[in-house]
Amino acid sequence: MYPFTYHRPASLDDARARLAASEDGRPLAGGMSLIPTMRFRLSSCSDLVDLNAIDGLAGIERHEGGIRIGAMTRHAAVEASAEVREAIPALAALAGSIGDVQVRNRGTIGGSICFADPAADYPAGILGLGASVNTDRRSIAADDFFTGLYETALEDGELVVSVDFPVPERAGWAKFGNQASRFAVVAVMVSLAGGAVRLAVTGAKSHVFRVPEMEAALAADFSAEALEGIAVASEGLNEDLHADAAYRAHLVGVMAKRAVRAALAP
Amino acid sequence: MTTPRTVELVVNGERRAADAEPRTLLSDFLREGLGLTGTHVGCEHGVCGACTVLVDGQSVRSCLMLAVQAEGSEVRTIEGLGGADDMHPLQEAFWEKHGLQCGFCTPGMLMTAVELLESTPGAGMDEIREAISSNLCRCTGYQTIVEAVQAAAERMQGEGQ
Ligand SMILES: Cc1cc2nc3c(=O)[nH]c(=O)nc-3n(C[C@H](O)[C@H](O)[C@H](O)COP(=O)(O)OP(=O)(O)OC[C@H]3O[C@@H](n4cnc5c(N)ncnc54)[C@H](O)[C@@H]3O)c2cc1C
Ligand code: FES
Ligand code: FES
Repeated sequence: MYPFTYHRPASLDDARARLAASEDGRPLAGGMSLIPTMRFRLSSCSDLVDLNAIDGLAGIERHEGGIRIGAMTRHAAVEASAEVREAIPALAALAGSIGDVQVRNRGTIGGSICFADPAADYPAGILGLGASVNTDRRSIAADDFFTGLYETALEDGELVVSVDFPVPERAGWAKFGNQASRFAVVAVMVSLAGGAVRLAVTGAKSHVFRVPEMEAALAADFSAEALEGIAVASEGLNEDLHADAAYRAHLVGVMAKRAVRAALAP
Repeated sequence: MTTPRTVELVVNGERRAADAEPRTLLSDFLREGLGLTGTHVGCEHGVCGACTVLVDGQSVRSCLMLAVQAEGSEVRTIEGLGGADDMHPLQEAFWEKHGLQCGFCTPGMLMTAVELLESTPGAGMDEIREAISSNLCRCTGYQTIVEAVQAAAERMQGEGQ
């Protein structure tokens, strides 16, 4: 790891100031993705601004419009949250399916969506549930947040503060995880709210995406059977030693049906 | 600053301090800074679980945390679990059930299992398998590890009654 200056601010304002004052500063959340990439010298920075000591960045709040999850909330806290389990059980299931207990003890929702790994789970949760991402300067709709491979709409130095999830009538999560890392080979979040359906797929492409044909079919008939015969083309899907593009395309169909069944389960 | 600073923390109930550069991993700090070489490092990028320790009661991979981040924390390592004369029920069970062969993965396995059995005393087969899924073992085939954790769970519940 290349050397850097370490900061541990106690407030968001202080964190912003330190990032602004540094030549090439970077926030540190759970470190589950950032520390290994820095160790491999795939990335480096002049200053590391640790968000772990900032009060108020972690926490889960139920309010009239939905659920707000602070950027520094650990996956384990979302998995165990009574509010999340009650309002959006599919989101608790998603958090519980991430990695293993050590990763869930440290990894955060903010870190996961900012890193925007093509195989990460939360991006599908954000897009499939139609959440919005609140930063220190604006609110970004789910549909605008993920822009490419490890790329998001965030500007330089922009900090994610929280994520707002509306509460759907139904939602379902289905994941085909890599047996070793648990990252998604393909995973799907589907939700139904006010007659509108959102279905988001992660693991299959450079970044998370919706499948409009499946959403239209489910809006007319919210059942796994409604997805029969709707195929996702394999062109442009990821290929690696875990799965080729054709297999991933097949898995999108299978996971979409499983997600719908999970959403319909009592 | 990129220069070393003193990191103070409590390790296995004892106040400890040593110098570390900001980029020093907690795993290296424990082993080299504090001489606690019971915590093993395998992959050093978060995959194998050999470096698992408890920080403020939660299991973490010490190779994915900076030593400076542990400032002021309470850390538990394998050295704090028990020695030859006062073995922890988990250590006894690993011995009896042949839960180890070369022993490289064992400190991490034990610390992962400690967190599980302390937070979920009656943990069953599925919970044990899920918990240790974070740790790689190249020797045992896992079955004897699962049996050892299960035996320890039963013993610890018996003691608790
Ligand atoms: C063994 C292993 C298995 C894993 N399995 C899975 C899995 O199955 N599914 C899954 O989805 N993920 C998995 N992960 C990734 C894990 O969920 C990470 O927690 C996540 O990808 C990054 O979150 P973090 O909090 O650790 O962020 P960090 O690694 O600390 O940061 C990631 C990036 O986000 C930036 N950042 C962090 N917080 C903010 C913020 N508030 N505002 C702006 N920028 C910010 C950082 O600067 C950095 O660039 C796994 C990781 C490991 C090590
Ligand atoms: S050495 Fe830390 S996970 Fe392998
Ligand atoms: S006993 Fe050898 S790696 Fe587990």
